[in-house]
Amino acid sequence: MIRRFFLPFVTFLTAIIFIGRLVGLQLMNSSYKLLSDANAVVESSVYPERGYIYDRHHKLLVSNQPVYDLMAIPENISPFDTMELAVLLGVKKSKLKEQIDFAKNFSVKLPSIIIGKISKERNAVVQEKIWKYSGFFLQKNSVRNYPVPLASNILGYVSEVNKNDIRKNSYYRMGEVIGRQGIENYYEDLLRGSKGKKFFQKDRFNRIIGPFENGIYDIPMQGAQNLILTLDLELQKYGETLLQNKRGGIVAIEPKTGEILSLVSAPSYDPNILVGRERSYNYKKLAMDTLAKPLFDRGLQAQYAPGSPFKTLNALIALQEGVIDSTTKFKCQKGHFYARGRFMECHCRYGTDNNLISGIYRSCNTFFANTYRRILDQSGESVEEGMNIWNKHLKSFGLGNFLGYDLPVGKKGFVPDADYYNFWYKKGGWKSATVVSNAIGQGELLTTPIQMANFTAAIANRGYFFQPHFLKSVGKEPSAKVYEKKITSIDSIHFEPVIEGMFQVVEWGTARVAKIKGIEICGKTGTVENFMKIAGEKTPLTDHSIFIAFAPKDNPKIALAVYVENGYWGSRWAAPIASLMIEKYLTGKVERTYLENRMLNGSLLAEYEKPYSGKPFIINE
Amino acid sequence: MNNSILYRLDWWLILIYSLLIAFGVVNIYSATFNNSSTGIFDMNQPVGKQMFFLIVSLFSGVLILSVNSKFFEQFASIGYYLSIFSLIGLFIFGKTVSGATSWYNIAGLSIQPSELAKVATALMIASLMSKVQSDLKNLNTFLKILGALLLPFVLIIFQSDPGSALVFGAFFFPLFREGLSYAYLVLFVSITLLFFITLSFPIGLVVMIITLIIFLLFFILKNINKKIKIWPFIGSFMISVGFSLSVDYIFENVFEQRHRDRINIVLGKTIDYQGVGYNMNQSKIAIGAGGLKGKGFLKGTQTKGDFVPEQHTDYIFSTVGEEWGFLGGSLMIILFCLMIIRIVIQAEKQTSKFRRIYSHGVAGILFIHFFINVGMSLGILPTIGIPLPFLSYGGSSLLAFTIMIFIHLNFDANRLSEW
Repeated sequence: MIRRFFLPFVTFLTAIIFIGRLVGLQLMNSSYKLLSDANAVVESSVYPERGYIYDRHHKLLVSNQPVYDLMAIPENISPFDTMELAVLLGVKKSKLKEQIDFAKNFSVKLPSIIIGKISKERNAVVQEKIWKYSGFFLQKNSVRNYPVPLASNILGYVSEVNKNDIRKNSYYRMGEVIGRQGIENYYEDLLRGSKGKKFFQKDRFNRIIGPFENGIYDIPMQGAQNLILTLDLELQKYGETLLQNKRGGIVAIEPKTGEILSLVSAPSYDPNILVGRERSYNYKKLAMDTLAKPLFDRGLQAQYAPGSPFKTLNALIALQEGVIDSTTKFKCQKGHFYARGRFMECHCRYGTDNNLISGIYRSCNTFFANTYRRILDQSGESVEEGMNIWNKHLKSFGLGNFLGYDLPVGKKGFVPDADYYNFWYKKGGWKSATVVSNAIGQGELLTTPIQMANFTAAIANRGYFFQPHFLKSVGKEPSAKVYEKKITSIDSIHFEPVIEGMFQVVEWGTARVAKIKGIEICGKTGTVENFMKIAGEKTPLTDHSIFIAFAPKDNPKIALAVYVENGYWGSRWAAPIASLMIEKYLTGKVERTYLENRMLNGSLLAEYEKPYSGKPFIINE
Repeated sequence: MNNSILYRLDWWLILIYSLLIAFGVVNIYSATFNNSSTGIFDMNQPVGKQMFFLIVSLFSGVLILSVNSKFFEQFASIGYYLSIFSLIGLFIFGKTVSGATSWYNIAGLSIQPSELAKVATALMIASLMSKVQSDLKNLNTFLKILGALLLPFVLIIFQSDPGSALVFGAFFFPLFREGLSYAYLVLFVSITLLFFITLSFPIGLVVMIITLIIFLLFFILKNINKKIKIWPFIGSFMISVGFSLSVDYIFENVFEQRHRDRINIVLGKTIDYQGVGYNMNQSKIAIGAGGLKGKGFLKGTQTKGDFVPEQHTDYIFSTVGEEWGFLGGSLMIILFCLMIIRIVIQAEKQTSKFRRIYSHGVAGILFIHFFINVGMSLGILPTIGIPLPFLSYGGSSLLAFTIMIFIHLNFDANRLSEW
């Protein structure tokens, strides 16, 4: 019996063991499903084309252009003339060999990028010859294109994500691009859209053999958005040309909306150099330039003393607090003693009697020193109280804090308060006379050009401003985005005398050079002392030339601040530049070619060399 | 009573056969499916060639059924020598595929004589054993039979096809049925066990295990039978330890590296999913990913992606497992199990010794193929390249197994008339 049915018994036993094994593999263990998917399913991302960026008149600022990556599947490469291909690609032979070895190490069956970002033009040549090199092929890719080489400081740039980006945001995968700096960075999500996923089935050589499960798991990509900026391309271009060979910034805002019409920072760079194969080399060069700092946005990041334009704010605060009125007069003796043995100089002639308006258009230090001290000492008891009231008013103009505009860089600036002086001088150790430099916008105050432009807009609006911004609308949305309206702590009636003063500045005051026939411009010049540490010593440099302005006086359309570093007095560079900008924006053309030429041809490069010459130098020549 | 063979045929066995064949065609189609697949009769595709051989096989089957049963007994030795010659001929005319010179190339079709040699040997062994004076205890008979087995075995070994050669071990089953001593069974099982134990554990532990087993055996048997002496146990202990030591030596010095690798992988001593272990691991993944119901016909990603090499031949079971899941896989196992058991039961009803031994041989060959092939696909046994009967792609294999089964069917159908 045992002998007869030995085989059936063994067969039965085997079947039991096999079925048991099947239970173990197929029913008890789900990891094989994952392993099989990992084997056979390849996930590939599909990317929406990155959004375009336009100016306020829908003129194209940023688009995309095709580039080509030379790919290779190492196992398909047959021996070829390395030198010939290297010449064709415009790379070194050693570089080409290195890249091919690198690809081989990665995988012999999978395609690798050998030479990336081949330009359209070169591609045309390579494409013709590529058939000669088996295993190589060209793959289309896309990079940013800047039809006008402008506004690089605003637009920012894109580059491939690094490990850090991937750690911070799990959306990204190696090889994808991310916006760095500027609009590209701030509106990354809108411009990028969101990638879709396609699942493919691959074979054991990782070759794609078709869609996985007919694409039921595919995720469609979400469209990237085009952005319409508030920027005026023509004005931006003009501003950038005016600041050529100078360092500084121009910020122009439309007061009624807070839309930033232009933000110029000089020196700047052509955004196209941060695209393509030379990107990292060029970037390094820009980043290494610690003197001119082309990557530093002077409009947003540079903190300067506000200088004389700040007098307008002190005037407003004094009016609001009732410590002066439009008829209050102070006598200027080419300056005045504000404390025993302490004299503050002024440009006024000896014995000038200044009221508010003439105080502004003559930029009288004496008038504003007295006015400022009245603000601080108004309670009669404590200077701290007055200091904090002053601070609060200034804060309502957006000073001493970020303005909330839509770019990723910026500086807060600084507005001192009582605590600050208590810290430095001890409580009770300071009086209004101690801090009198604030009266004329020197001292501890720090502002950025955009803050200056913004308070100018608030003055133009007679008491309010909109959060300055760059984004006008997204994609095909018809309506512009609405931004927060901020009302200053100064009643609108107090603005008229100050505006009148600013109007006089241009009419017959310090900035007559800025006058344009037929346009009522209100402005205020500034000449800001500044210093640099040279060999451990605080050395004065030539003053910064600054100007704030808005126009027209009634129903203002543009408010702006212009800084020209080491440009000496305000009406030397800043006021003419501001005036030309206004003319350009309001009339669309510039008739004062003599002034324009002077600005365009003027160079301050020699001035910037001075501190680095190693020799003593003369300032304010 | 109608005397037509149609009424006497075992249609159940034919049904099982047909199901396995059909399942095979379906899975070969899937395993070799690609974008240029047109249909199952495309002779440029494996499935087309398989269909051709299927038709040839079925034709042969019908032919076999119409032949008088006695013919096969007379034909046995002629067939055997013919197949031996065809094996020898391979050394001159053979075609080499992946290291093994096992094929004749005739008009674009590959014929593997070692497959047909299995049928011929089954007939030959049955013939030798059924001679009146045959007795396995007779040394002369035993050596004759051993010789008849060793001849094709050695020839196939020399063609570098150890898998196919191993199949001749299947004749242990009919021989055992006919009275081969238990000693061979014990010997066979002990050697296999010792072999794997020795390779799985360090030699010190192996000696301990052997000591323990023999000690236990001695005490258990001592309890049953007081008269048992200790000497045979000490003897077998010595032999076992000696064997273990020599296995170590053989494994390291006689086996080739690829054989060592295959065995190490099954023993779990080596984890190598990229090299030698790749096939087996991918096969396990394919089967495991099938789940209960499988991924469906043509939907297996492992299958379509060619992740399992030789999937339409040796690893066809992984396609079954992936696309038809646990249900398909166990159905197939059950079908094989039923087929083998049914053949043995029918063999036992035979009054003719020749036919009984032959059918036992067929069942044994089917079992060895099934056991080794499915065991390998499931990752239980080392990679040994032999086809799964009826399912694997391969014309010679299909033809040989069909002939095998139909001769059995002929014998079974004509059983009564012999009475």
